[in-house]
Amino acid sequence: MNYSYYPGCTLKTKAKELDIYGRLSAAKLGIILEEPEHWQCCGGVYPQGEDEIATRLSSIRALAAAKEKGQDLITLCSACHHVLKRVNNDMKRNATICQRANNYLQLDTPYRGETEVLHYLELLRDRIGFDTLKSAVVNPLKGVNIAAYYGCLLLRPGKEMGFDDPEDPCIIEDFIRALGATPVKYSQRNECCGGYLTLENKGAAQKRAEAILSSAADAGAEMIVTACPLCLYNLKNNAKTKIPVKYFTEVLAEALGVKEEL
Amino acid sequence: MQKIGVFVCWCGSNIAATVDVKAVAQALKNEAGVVFSTDYQYMCSENGQAMIRQAIKEHQLTGIVVCSCSPRMHEATFRKTAVSAGLNPYMVEIANIREQCSWIHKDIAEGTEKAIVLARAAVAKLHKNAPLTAGTSPVTKRALVIGGGIAGIQTALDVADAGFEVDIVEKSPTIGGRMAQLDKTFPTLDCSACILTPKMVEAAQHEKINIISYAELESLSGFVGNFTATIRKKARFIDEDKCSGCGVCTEKCPSRKGLDEFNMKLNKRGAVYIPFAQAIPNVAVIDAEQCLHFRTGKCGLCQKNCSAGAIDFEQKDQLIERKYGAIVVATGFKPIDASAFNEYAYNDSPDVVTSLEFERIMNAAGPTKGQLIRPSDLKHPHEIVVIQCVGSRCTEDKEKGKPYCSKICCMYTAKHAMLVREKYPDVKVHVFYIDARTPGKNFDEFYRRAVEQYDVDYIKGMVGKVAVEGDKLHVQGSDLLNGEQVHINADMVVLATAIEPDPTARSLGTMLTASMDTNDFFTEAHPKLRPVESPPAGIFLSGVAQGPKDIPETVAQAGAAAAKVIGLLCKNELTCNACVAQTNEAICNGCSQCEKVCPYGAITYEDKEIRSPEFRGIRRIATVNEAICQGCGACTVTCPSGAMDLKGFTNSQIMSEVDAICR
Repeated sequence: MNYSYYPGCTLKTKAKELDIYGRLSAAKLGIILEEPEHWQCCGGVYPQGEDEIATRLSSIRALAAAKEKGQDLITLCSACHHVLKRVNNDMKRNATICQRANNYLQLDTPYRGETEVLHYLELLRDRIGFDTLKSAVVNPLKGVNIAAYYGCLLLRPGKEMGFDDPEDPCIIEDFIRALGATPVKYSQRNECCGGYLTLENKGAAQKRAEAILSSAADAGAEMIVTACPLCLYNLKNNAKTKIPVKYFTEVLAEALGVKEEL
Repeated sequence: MQKIGVFVCWCGSNIAATVDVKAVAQALKNEAGVVFSTDYQYMCSENGQAMIRQAIKEHQLTGIVVCSCSPRMHEATFRKTAVSAGLNPYMVEIANIREQCSWIHKDIAEGTEKAIVLARAAVAKLHKNAPLTAGTSPVTKRALVIGGGIAGIQTALDVADAGFEVDIVEKSPTIGGRMAQLDKTFPTLDCSACILTPKMVEAAQHEKINIISYAELESLSGFVGNFTATIRKKARFIDEDKCSGCGVCTEKCPSRKGLDEFNMKLNKRGAVYIPFAQAIPNVAVIDAEQCLHFRTGKCGLCQKNCSAGAIDFEQKDQLIERKYGAIVVATGFKPIDASAFNEYAYNDSPDVVTSLEFERIMNAAGPTKGQLIRPSDLKHPHEIVVIQCVGSRCTEDKEKGKPYCSKICCMYTAKHAMLVREKYPDVKVHVFYIDARTPGKNFDEFYRRAVEQYDVDYIKGMVGKVAVEGDKLHVQGSDLLNGEQVHINADMVVLATAIEPDPTARSLGTMLTASMDTNDFFTEAHPKLRPVESPPAGIFLSGVAQGPKDIPETVAQAGAAAAKVIGLLCKNELTCNACVAQTNEAICNGCSQCEKVCPYGAITYEDKEIRSPEFRGIRRIATVNEAICQGCGACTVTCPSGAMDLKGFTNSQIMSEVDAICR
């Protein structure tokens, strides 16, 4: 099965592991990820202003390119997924934004949100299925207590992202279970990591990261997995408590037996 | 040809200031059929009515048009006047030249012109009026009360005290309802059971009251005064006549897996059980899903030990058919399911409880014998957080919560906080609230007492998250008055959950053709003036089934519903509405459209023999039950062939009015 795949800037620089292990695992699962030739940065932050059209255009180009190929668009980075999913919703539901964006883009056929944006985890859950994934595992992570860290961007706003219940998500726990590991549930898994506060208000970001790490540690976690490069940075660098924090794709590659040392 | 009299009222200056009443009377003299036309200062006064009576006699009028206020105001008055002068009451037409004319116009010329037009329309309609006679139907002098909580019990007692038979149908094994589960009641803090159980006993012992417990309404037919109900009495596998309520069976039962519904499932009960000590009827019931005899065919310990021989494993559901004159809906409420609110960790920790669960924990007959202990480790809590408006006033997410205010939560939360502080002064109580809504007699004083005397920490703001951290519940909320985040490490969290109508309400509403709002509360016939009546005649509303309310309000409404029932049952026969729908059998083709739109279920179909020039033979024809029809006219506008007509408001009468206006 072929999918369009939007890696995003961070996955080309700071978060190469997220990207590479994602690709290796997909190949093992028989998924072909096709990267559009001329994708551009999504902007990293969803533009809240309804009249802010220009900042949406790069996302729409990637969405329209996937539509041209008749493919769903797979994302991996939480921030990119958040931006692309919500911009796509705008193109589907907000006639003014849709029209103004198309006025700029002058595509051969106007883009109206036809592409389906799927996060890699949704691809695993909804298209491949966790049962199939489980049977593809060659190196089950038996006895490893892994805590899922969701962050905010994948879950909220809940109705718009349509990813999982923002107050009680289970998709990453189900994923961990499929790899043969033991998911660890803890209260802070869907709370904010501090995000960009790490630049402007280090103290606040450190407080958040420590709350998350210590909550996971108290619950018996040996490792934390996440899908977000910024979350990974904050959890690794801003907490006193130290637990290994990895991208979910890395443990996936390990379980599927395709992990290479980078 | 009708001989019509026109009477134009000044209504003091109400009409006369904006309408030239003399000009109206003069103009109407020229209308065909009008033989008398006059004006007077107050037509509704005794003198005005005498003037009408005299004119009817003197000019042998066959109908009258009164140009005055809205028919809602004085149509009945003028109909009586007409009857006393020998006219049929339906030969009176009102032209509303006050609300629909003088009050909304400033210019006399315009007002006068419009008044003339409205009067002409009334005259045109009156030309086609025919005398109507209202039918009558007999009244079965027995009432059915659905629901045996405080609302149902109070209505039943009041109706029975007036000398009428009442059946209470209660779906659970005992009457008592939600009030029986409460520990104390606000604002007096008297014991709920102490004031409720005497009423339950009174109902049980009342010679006019028949309690049908563990039963539900299966179907209903008929109409006001003449309902026929089929009641399904569920098999409780105990002979109610033989069981003495000794409770030996409940002690002998080896099964201990059933969840105690009365205690909000906080503890286990046997498969054979009596819901609570003061249950009425004081008769055991067997939960077939839990009973070893039903599951394995063995056991039967209860049967062996029952000295009364009351255990009957063969018992079947029983259908009871009975006639009633009036029906009272008193189906009450349940707290909403808190499991949708996992931001408050309700699913993650047994120490997060709903207010009704907390009520049971605080109750001496509850699962902890009234000791305030945490469900998880049975330890005494030192810090409790109450979160108000859980699921109430929730307009953002309709799937999760309710848009309305549940009305009772502010008060029961103040009660809980006070009870805790009174009994355990070492326990800190924090209450997160959006608004403290305490209107009601002695209610605000009660709430102030919680704040000022009992030192309950009220925090204006909502809670974002309750996190289970070890054996503590980390509560994170906002204090809007201080503009800061609040973090509390609590031992217990109480969720003041919204209340919603009992889940049986929706299907019952359909069965009764009683209208409901989008939240499944029964709607009243008029929100202000007919608050205890449902739109279909003979169906009355009592208690929370109609909307959130506390105990005093419920009892007051229950009494009001009883008064309406008594008013109905003391009549020997009912005068029906004369302005009802009728079918033109020559045109009706039995398409069923009218039946579908009839909100009262007044239309049925009969195969009738038709002998007309176009058709001879048997045809399916709509028939209107005049006792049920309320004359709303929905069928007349729906009928594709024009076969349905509303007496007193026929299509041709309305067209004549329109023609007169457009002339």
